[in-house]
Amino acid sequence: MELYNGSLDVKEIFGRWLDEEAESNYGAYIPFVGTIRAEDGIEALSFDIYEPVLRSWFDAWQQRAKERGAVVKMAHSIGDVPVHTSSYVSAVFSPKRRVALELIEEFVEDFKANAPIWKYDVKNGERIYAEDRSTPMDGSGLLA
Amino acid sequence: MVKVEFLGPIGKAPVEMEAKTLADVAEKLKEDGTVKEWLPKCAVALNDTMVSDLNTPLKDGDRISVLPPVCGG
Repeated sequence: MELYNGSLDVKEIFGRWLDEEAESNYGAYIPFVGTIRAEDGIEALSFDIYEPVLRSWFDAWQQRAKERGAVVKMAHSIGDVPVHTSSYVSAVFSPKRRVALELIEEFVEDFKANAPIWKYDVKNGERIYAEDRSTPMDGSGLLA
Repeated sequence: MVKVEFLGPIGKAPVEMEAKTLADVAEKLKEDGTVKEWLPKCAVALNDTMVSDLNTPLKDGDRISVLPPVCGG
């Protein structure tokens, strides 16, 4: 798992991941790219990450992928990411396409629901928590 | 004493308190009007491991994190 300040260098990351697994005999490599869209007058999105829990979450996913003969990779931005650039990339490598296609969907959906990352709209230089697009993590409400 | 930290947009400084279980922490946090509003939608980690049982025992020096709704990507 890789974390960067600001926008991701998508081509460098995907190219390097391809090189890393060039001799691993995987038949399928399925990348996912999340790009910031220009909407609602935003200049950028901005992200806070709680790294210790994110690492645990990602380690559990690596184990789940390994049990299916696959590998998951991801990179995410911290701080401001301007529109039309990317804040999130992930990928699955697997021996055959079916496992990779299933895993990329499960992985990205669980990422959205349970990765400890908080998103803010940036408008006129101000950070505004994207509350209406955010999802309570599994187990929320324990202390209520 | 245990330490409670509030992540992301909650924007509150960490607090220290006496607590034997997470239930004790819940009772004390409900006394804070600002935090109380966040609690129904927040998950909880104990020393960076997610927890789901209010009876989880706590010991001196434990660190509890309150995690509000997320949206990565």
